[in-house]
Amino acid sequence: MYEQNDRHGNLLAALPNRRNRDYDEVMLESIARLRAIAWPLMFGAIAGGAAVLFGGPGLFWALVALGLAAALIAQFVTFQEPVLRPQEQAVDDPLAALPPMTRVLMDQLPIPVMLLDDDERVLFVNRSMRDVLGPGLDRKRASSVLRNPVVLGAIAEARRGFSTNVPFSLPVPIERHYQAYAARISVSPSVTALLLHDLTVVKRSEQLRADFIANASHELRTPLAAVSGFIETLRGHAKDDEAARSQFLDIMGVEAARMRRLIDDLLSLSRIEMNEHVKPEGRIGLESVVRQAVAALKPLSAQDSMTVTVKAEAGLPQVIGDHDELVQLFQNLVHNAIKYGREHGRVDINVGQADGQVFVAIRDDGEGIAANAIPRLTERFYRVDVKRSREKGGTGLGLAIVKHIISRHQGRLAIESKLGEGSTFTVFLPSPRPETPVKPTMPEPVTEVL
Amino acid sequence: MTEHTVKSFGEQLEALSALVAQMGGLAEAQFAAAIEAIARRDSVAAERAVGGDSRIDEIQQEIEDRALKLLALRQPMAVDLRETLAAIKTAGELERIGDLAKNIAKRALVLNREPPIRLTQSLARMGKAAQNQLKQVLDAFTSRNAEEAEAVWNRDGEIDEIYNSLFRELLTYMMEDPRTIGLCTHLLFVAKNIERCGDHCTNIAEVVYHMVRAGHLAANRPKADTTSETSVPYETHA
Repeated sequence: MYEQNDRHGNLLAALPNRRNRDYDEVMLESIARLRAIAWPLMFGAIAGGAAVLFGGPGLFWALVALGLAAALIAQFVTFQEPVLRPQEQAVDDPLAALPPMTRVLMDQLPIPVMLLDDDERVLFVNRSMRDVLGPGLDRKRASSVLRNPVVLGAIAEARRGFSTNVPFSLPVPIERHYQAYAARISVSPSVTALLLHDLTVVKRSEQLRADFIANASHELRTPLAAVSGFIETLRGHAKDDEAARSQFLDIMGVEAARMRRLIDDLLSLSRIEMNEHVKPEGRIGLESVVRQAVAALKPLSAQDSMTVTVKAEAGLPQVIGDHDELVQLFQNLVHNAIKYGREHGRVDINVGQADGQVFVAIRDDGEGIAANAIPRLTERFYRVDVKRSREKGGTGLGLAIVKHIISRHQGRLAIESKLGEGSTFTVFLPSPRPETPVKPTMPEPVTEVL
Repeated sequence: MTEHTVKSFGEQLEALSALVAQMGGLAEAQFAAAIEAIARRDSVAAERAVGGDSRIDEIQQEIEDRALKLLALRQPMAVDLRETLAAIKTAGELERIGDLAKNIAKRALVLNREPPIRLTQSLARMGKAAQNQLKQVLDAFTSRNAEEAEAVWNRDGEIDEIYNSLFRELLTYMMEDPRTIGLCTHLLFVAKNIERCGDHCTNIAEVVYHMVRAGHLAANRPKADTTSETSVPYETHA
């Protein structure tokens, strides 16, 4: 039976084969039942013959009745008894051969592990695998929990006895890269193991380096060209012109500052993207973070004579987050509100909670943003108004940084805006459910053997 | 004996839906490769996406055959019937997504021969949004989750919004510099294809909702694609 299964490696081919097995089982069962009826009947016939020879028809009929009754009873008894089905008995728990300690060990491994049975159904997943694929994997087919064709192909190969090793990636919601190892670890009962090796950090750093170089070289070209142009002029005909020289040096100063900001932003974007797939672990009170961000921007708001107010609901739960990143997130948003708000205007910040999430709404009274620009605001280097953004010293990366921080925190950003009335940026961050412990200190015993 | 029949029927239904999940995985991979080809100017990924189409078509054929056999031989009722129907319909939508991905990849091959243009990044971002929708709706399908399907259905507006914005931007580009018309037309079609993928995801969401709840999502999906009514006036100063 197993050899037959092995010949049909993939799920598709295995299915008609399954039907064959059903058929075999039916045959086995029928034969067992026939035998159960046949024995008493044969016994009855022999006894009946003897009765006719020695006793006459009365005894004959009595014995026939007795034989039939025996047949019925025997059949009833065989129905109650399990008919021999070797596969099913073995398949009952294919992991029976696994010592309990090995199970605990597998559950605790930082490497995602999944064991699959003959039908490519999930027998066991460890904690790390549940972190990758989410809960509710119990007895599901491999193709339902991990749709990736490359991985399914590897599993099919492994079931045929060829251990395989393939790279694959989960592109959304946050890009992750893995190397998948599949191997058959037991032939009868058939068990296939799938192990994942997380390559996200390596791939990500490769990609980020490439992105960083591309972005930096492209975006730095404009200010650099301006600076070199002025140097040229200062060396040439403006050499002895005092007024022009100080004016040019001012512009060069502004451009140099812009390049520095750009590099700072690109670096912090890279850093945030690098860790985007790592869940933050701290517990943070949002109100103090917001106040800290506002305090840091005080000189800027004073310069534009803006009023920034923070209002917070009492008794807000903490959120799961990274302190420094959250400060940067709100600094960027409040800075934008100050930059694009009206002069002598006001920025209102509201901290509250809704649907188990804590939100921070930052409202300005500036010009507002056109509806068709809103969905693209968090794109890197997207600017609603290129000239204005340059004047305000924007790098085009502020909201991209905001987006990546929120994405790491599994939060949400809502942008509402009306032209002429101002915009509201609302950040929603999940707060931990009260019953989840911060970190289990003791390794628990096997939590789930599927 | 009856228990046996039902068990094997249940298994056939399950196998059908596993096959749809498998097809979904293929469509996802093909679409991901197409977007990768655009985002990273990766012609190898593009060729992979162009070639990945035949397997999807094969599986669609097999899903239809099996579903028909199931309908003819088992005459399923209620949720079983809806599941069978959902498998056929979803397979159809996934096949379309595969076609669109193939088309995107073909255009990526052309785009990669031209000088890089920043707008491809906006397209890649839009593609990511559609990929997310596809993943969510397939998750909803395999876990039989009507709420998740409804969430996908409601979220399509975001992709439409990005499409509107890109559409305008591309028109403006072409007016400013007619030499970019060739390139921008390809980008426009890529954007349109991604937007269509998003629409197919909402169709699958409707199918999933119907399969689980036996009801229909409201007839009027919040549509935000306004490009069919958009015109950008031609300005002579360049």
